[in-house]
Amino acid sequence: MDLNYTDQELAFQAEVRGWLKENLPAELAHRVKSGKHLSKADMEFWHATLNARGWLANHWPTEHGGTGWSPVERNIFEEECCLAYAPRIVPFGVSMLGPVLIKYGNEAQKNHWLPRILDGSDWWCQGYSEPGAGSDLASLKCKAVREGDHYVVNGQKTWTTLGQFANMIFCLVRTSSEGKPQEGISFLLIDMNTPGIDVRPIHLLEGTHEVNEVFFTDVKVPVENLVGEENKGWTYAKYLLTYERTGIAGVGFSMAAMGELKRVAGAQKRRGKHLADDPLYAARMARAEIELENMKVTNLRVVSAAAAGGVPGPESSMLKIKGTEIRQELNVLSRKAVGRYAMPFLPEAFEPGFNGPHVGPEHAAAQSKSYFNNRKITIFGGSNEIQKNIISKMILGL
Amino acid sequence: MDFNHSEERQMLGDTITRWVMNDYPLKARLEAGVSELGYAPDRLAALAELGVIGALFGEDAGGFGGAGFDLAVVFEGLGKGLVIEPLLPALLAGSILENAGNDAQKALLEPVIEGAKTLAFAHFEADDGDDPRWIETTAKKGADGWEISGHKAVVRNGGSADYLVVSARTSGDAGQADGLSLFLVPTDAKGIETHAYSTIEGGGAAEISLDLKGLPMGNLIGGEGQGLDILNHALGRGIVAIGAEALGIMDVIRAMTIEYIQTRKQFGVPIGKFQALQHRMAEMLLEIEQMRSAVIRAAAVLEEPGVERERAVAALKVTTNKTATLVAEESIQIHGGIGMTWEHDLGHFAKRLTMITHELGDEDYHLTRYIALGKGEHV
Repeated sequence: MDLNYTDQELAFQAEVRGWLKENLPAELAHRVKSGKHLSKADMEFWHATLNARGWLANHWPTEHGGTGWSPVERNIFEEECCLAYAPRIVPFGVSMLGPVLIKYGNEAQKNHWLPRILDGSDWWCQGYSEPGAGSDLASLKCKAVREGDHYVVNGQKTWTTLGQFANMIFCLVRTSSEGKPQEGISFLLIDMNTPGIDVRPIHLLEGTHEVNEVFFTDVKVPVENLVGEENKGWTYAKYLLTYERTGIAGVGFSMAAMGELKRVAGAQKRRGKHLADDPLYAARMARAEIELENMKVTNLRVVSAAAAGGVPGPESSMLKIKGTEIRQELNVLSRKAVGRYAMPFLPEAFEPGFNGPHVGPEHAAAQSKSYFNNRKITIFGGSNEIQKNIISKMILGL
Repeated sequence: MDFNHSEERQMLGDTITRWVMNDYPLKARLEAGVSELGYAPDRLAALAELGVIGALFGEDAGGFGGAGFDLAVVFEGLGKGLVIEPLLPALLAGSILENAGNDAQKALLEPVIEGAKTLAFAHFEADDGDDPRWIETTAKKGADGWEISGHKAVVRNGGSADYLVVSARTSGDAGQADGLSLFLVPTDAKGIETHAYSTIEGGGAAEISLDLKGLPMGNLIGGEGQGLDILNHALGRGIVAIGAEALGIMDVIRAMTIEYIQTRKQFGVPIGKFQALQHRMAEMLLEIEQMRSAVIRAAAVLEEPGVERERAVAALKVTTNKTATLVAEESIQIHGGIGMTWEHDLGHFAKRLTMITHELGDEDYHLTRYIALGKGEHV
């Protein structure tokens, strides 16, 4: 039993840290830290910067242009990026579709799509959920009918994150209604510029436009855009979800948030004392910190148990539940820390280039927005209730 | 990074688990638990024979272990069998002798490791609020040795031990970090009044009133007035041990509860098919895994003195107490009526798990300590 990084891992950590210091613009990191909006160009810039270093596809094997990192190295990289307030890697192409193509795609698909993910030619979004298929994803209805060398797709997807920026969408579609619902699902790659696709924004409660509805009316998709076999899409879908969930645990995000919370609570005054010296607040903060310290070890246990290059199986559900609970608790503590300055709402202050006056401390502006926005993390990627179903079945054998 | 135990430790853990399963029936344990001694001497001898007590101490003290992960492996195994033989007192009092004792005092560890002598840790008091600084027992130098006066509360195996390690104030007032001293006191010394009893989960404990005179000057352990750091060193080891014991118990309860809900039928199906119970089991599993991480984290830093060690230990006890309460209460509820009975094993595991929250500091104390340590206070 040894919880320390090896010399090699420590050297890797130092390398990542040094590289971030050199290559992550301070202005961009500051915007990430203060919860401001990033433009499409900001995200593309960061992808290109990582890709130039060969660090964009950290889940991929080297033969496809990935890093070939061990799970521990990936974990170090993610933590360092969070602690440096780097923009997050937009996961849909790199972290979700990439691994599915590598495992289940044919040679032509790998050769065509993987390089385009790396160089930013394509911006992918995820077509999983539908209005009637959320937790019960397998009941999805968006239909694809084979007609010669095309599928014709009709139906609707929803909660499509950053779909407004995407030129490609990977979709779960129904190709058969025989047998169990899971047995009639296929995995299709669809060009967003095909006639018949309509993207409409969904505005979230905190006032942002992050997700969309996507409507498909007689959309023609070439059959070579089918991944794997027809009606076997559920297997690929679940494989992708383990990647999605592991990322949502966000231990690195929580570490950064905890550090920032301590700084704020140490500076914020309440009745002549620092907030960190208020016994009730300090106790709640200490509980969150203890949970997070335990979670760091739990995460590393799962990470080091995962085979090199792979991701955890049902254990990703454990990480997702606990990780999101901790992140949300830190959001609550941060929102509470700024007191009544959680209330002012100045959406223009989140936009790039904003130079106007702040109301209250600068770090206060985004607290409520982040809190409300992060209510999503216990819902998406399979709600935490669904994760408990998975744990019951796959780990507890119930 | 490596989350596997060394081969030796793995073997030690397997040995204990096997012994607990084959040679430590719960029925005999329950009988021994309410006996006058509070444990079975032949079981203690068997544990000594297996090397289990030796695993708690370093080579200099005649043992062959003593590292954080040795304690974790041993006590996790003991927890699985609800072992009541006095290994925790041996660890707490023994660690003080090992860490701060002179050669003569350290020599006492040899018969302890062999199972021939037993120790008790006579430190906690009725009004201390679990804070090791809040000691009201006093010790002063008299004409022919130390004079110790005070009352020690719920001393595990205090009625059966051969020696006590006693904490007392040689200066200052209750609550102060300085002025605590430790003493080795044979239980046959004059001026010790012991009221022994059984605890609710089985095992012996005692109230000990001290009105000692003439304790030899050489029975002081470590520096006069320097007891707090020695105590915290030992308490940290005790908290890793008791945390690992709790973890062993939790693993047993989890398996027991899963088995139960897969077999117990209501409304024509095993009750484990009900989502209301599945989600509670999933939550229990998550919390137990967080608990396992807390044990690993504290065990890993146990030999490195400093704030990081003390914070990890306090965090472990907060996690232990929180999780122990959850697992004990949830498992009884999920078992329903049968979980309430003396006859079913569950209740005995749940009782020990709950009583662990009353030993070596409650959740509020350790959370407060965790916060104070973060501010650089000497607690």
